[in-house]
Amino acid sequence: MASDVLVAVALLAGAGFIFVAALGVVRFPDLFTRMHAASKAGSLGLGCVLVGVAISFPEPAVIVKCLLVLVFVFLTTPIAAHMIGRAAYLLKVPFWKGTVADDLAGRYSADRQTLRSASESPPGER
Amino acid sequence: MELVLSLVFVLLAGALFLAFFRLARGPSLPDRVIALDLISIIIAAMIGAYVIWVQQPVLLDAVTVVAVVSFFGAVACARYLERRSSDGE
Repeated sequence: MASDVLVAVALLAGAGFIFVAALGVVRFPDLFTRMHAASKAGSLGLGCVLVGVAISFPEPAVIVKCLLVLVFVFLTTPIAAHMIGRAAYLLKVPFWKGTVADDLAGRYSADRQTLRSASESPPGER
Repeated sequence: MELVLSLVFVLLAGALFLAFFRLARGPSLPDRVIALDLISIIIAAMIGAYVIWVQQPVLLDAVTVVAVVSFFGAVACARYLERRSSDGE
């Protein structure tokens, strides 16, 4: 059956993406690169699995529920990753030694939670 | 379909093992928060595959709950870490 093939492809793609995300979380050298692997590949993998479930049960209730979870995950995963990344930056978690750019250096005041742009003041001054 | 689902479960179990390795290893607290977030994504995907395995779409409600709990857990951990970082200075 055609829909069975589609379900199998979606499930395998989703599981593969999630496995690659876990591999990246173990293998990447630095917290921020690990976060990039976990949030993007992980949510895409979960999205593929949910699309597979929606194809497998062609009823309106199931499809709406899958879409609901999909939209929720795609909206909230970047927010969670952003908040964890900001907390890690404020905790001064060390960067990877090959990091070439830190755009927030000297511009982010942690006590007032404000960001100064480059045009307002010279970047070295704090 | 049985073979595909078995392969999917094997891949997800491997991913769970790798994420648990990062959770145990650290080295910093945000690393562990990321590992927990990934573990909840893996669990949601496992429930999704299990829905097809047992042909019970009712279990999709559990996926919703796991997604919501993982989001609020990650946000709570981030708030806690941020407050701890501003207390330390």
